[in-house]
Amino acid sequence: MATTIQGPMVVVGPKKGLFHLDLPSVWQYRELLYFLIWRDVKIRYKQTVIGAAWAVLQPLMTMLIFAVIFGKFARIPSDGSPYPIFAYVALLPWTYFAQAIDRSGTSLVGNPELISKVYFPRLIMPIAAALAPLVDFAIAFTLLLGMMLWFRTPATWAVLALPLFLLLALMTALAVSIFLSALNVRYRDVRHAIPFLVQFWMYASPVAYPVSLVPEKWRLLYGLNPMTGVIEGFRWALLGTQNLDVRLIAASAVVVMAFFLGGVVYFNQAEQTFADVV
Amino acid sequence: MSDTAIRVEKLSKQYKIGVSKQGHNTLRDHLAASLRSLLPSGDKTHHAEEATDTIWALKDVSFDVRQGEIIGIIGRNGAGKSTLLKILSRITVPTSGRAEVYGRVGSLLEVGTGFHPELTGRENIYLNGAVLGMTRSEIARHFDEIVDFSGVAKFLDTPIKHYSSGMKVRLAFSVAAHLEPDILLIDEVLAVGDAAFRKKCMGKMEHVTQSGRALLLVSHSMPAIENLCERVLWIDAGIILEEGEAKKVVGQYIDKVNQTLGGRTVGEYRNIGHRRGTGEVQFTTVRLINNAGLETREFMLGERILVEADFQAHRNVDHAIFGFGLVDAHNQVFITNWIGRREPQSLKTGDRGTFSIELSSSVLRARQYYVYLVVNDGTDVPFDVWDGVGTEFLVRSPADVESVDFWIGSDGALATLPIAAQIRRD
Repeated sequence: MATTIQGPMVVVGPKKGLFHLDLPSVWQYRELLYFLIWRDVKIRYKQTVIGAAWAVLQPLMTMLIFAVIFGKFARIPSDGSPYPIFAYVALLPWTYFAQAIDRSGTSLVGNPELISKVYFPRLIMPIAAALAPLVDFAIAFTLLLGMMLWFRTPATWAVLALPLFLLLALMTALAVSIFLSALNVRYRDVRHAIPFLVQFWMYASPVAYPVSLVPEKWRLLYGLNPMTGVIEGFRWALLGTQNLDVRLIAASAVVVMAFFLGGVVYFNQAEQTFADVV
Repeated sequence: MSDTAIRVEKLSKQYKIGVSKQGHNTLRDHLAASLRSLLPSGDKTHHAEEATDTIWALKDVSFDVRQGEIIGIIGRNGAGKSTLLKILSRITVPTSGRAEVYGRVGSLLEVGTGFHPELTGRENIYLNGAVLGMTRSEIARHFDEIVDFSGVAKFLDTPIKHYSSGMKVRLAFSVAAHLEPDILLIDEVLAVGDAAFRKKCMGKMEHVTQSGRALLLVSHSMPAIENLCERVLWIDAGIILEEGEAKKVVGQYIDKVNQTLGGRTVGEYRNIGHRRGTGEVQFTTVRLINNAGLETREFMLGERILVEADFQAHRNVDHAIFGFGLVDAHNQVFITNWIGRREPQSLKTGDRGTFSIELSSSVLRARQYYVYLVVNDGTDVPFDVWDGVGTEFLVRSPADVESVDFWIGSDGALATLPIAAQIRRD
């Protein structure tokens, strides 16, 4: 190896600006990000009997319960689609989102030796937590394809917009993940609050019921929940039944961006003391 | 470009002590405290106390390190040495001041960080390498060397939860040693691994410095510091007390340590790093004896181990307590035992005796251990501490296969296993 030392000069000092999002160094450590996601995926289903089938089983079982209780008993409308597929399409992004925030809470606190012994951009941890469940999402997605054949709900051109809504889901998960991971370092209550948050949030999102059940005048306010935009987008892109309320999606997108920036600001401020507190 | 590797300017780090303990670690505490501060009376003392509960781990520390220079950092525990390394490796942020670091920093503080027990040796090499900042291609390039160096080639595809702790340490070290940093930070590396492996590591370190990289070494071992380093920084209470040529500073440091031990110092400590205390009571020799009554440094698993430590009192002490500990290469404490907590010994000047401990090696695993011996007055002031140097011994499993690992519950559980210890007066 050549040993000319012309490596980059790093200045270590008290922290920089409020909105400083150190993307270049996150990029520089992208391989670590990859390995952390890989570790997470590898370990998640080690020593389990059915392995990755869990990824399908979770949304599938929830869908069955919903189909019986909400679809059969409560007769909740499903915008003209068969209720099972109506629910499953929403459960896909929802399960992803719920898993991401569940893992993000402990992403920093659960790895104290990484935080207190090595340097890397800390932002990598919540990002990895938010990206890893995408693998489960992809596995669960294959079942949807089967369901679409079974229920004969052919895809329309709208399906091309799906990546956009997936991106919206990803950004939402990232925003919440970044915020909660840092908050949990400071306040360990957060970990206990997350299951409630997830449950609460699910009923505040159109997972089991259609947006059309929400009174018109509350619709925009309802759209402030970014998962509303995500789920509506998924239903529109995959089932193509109802019209897409663009205002609702826009509201969701704006809220996500605000969430994201707020999360980064908080993270940056909290990051300075991570190694001392974890 | 200049030949500076590190330039540190007025670096300071303040810690709030107590905050993590009495402070607001949960939302509830935080809310309660906020409410309290709103109330007119409140308990003000609590807040005043908190404001003063800060400590400067480092205060206005400045120094330069040139490329290829080997700097030793010495000082007592809590002086700020490790904080300094943590700041330089960007783990924690300084409160004020700055440091310019030219090039990639590698440190052996973080051996094995990110290791996951469920992953195989091969997988952990990649993961750990990435954690240390290596790229995938870099790891791939050094992969064979790393495996070679570690000597665990046979178990590469075994999850490391089945490794012995010695194997884990060696694997971790091998990854860290192949990082090829521009600046290497080392905290007490010399205490890890068996003699042969330590030698390998020393070779690696020499290679690092010969190729013109800078090395910062924190150690309590004065011989090691004197041998390896050109220049030494002596840090005390967060400031650089002395800086200069290794021999000179180490000499001053030893004088100071002897002084602090005060008029109470009686015996002379040649190896100040591994022996400390006032010397009022001192261990003179340590023997390890097997079933056959022979002195040895190797025991078969299951064999009885008898540790005998002769001691001598240099003053009259009326409250001497003896302690014994076993530590493995990973600084994991296996057995600690205080005897005489209930029956402290009263010794007169010139009294000699033997502190003996008998244990069965069946409670141990097949690996290397170090014996620690302590005699103190029941408070924090040790008369003598003999911390593992020259007292290492090896436990072999019958098949002489290192990978055979004897799991008998968590390491902590061992502490409760009965061992026999007694003190005999000559």
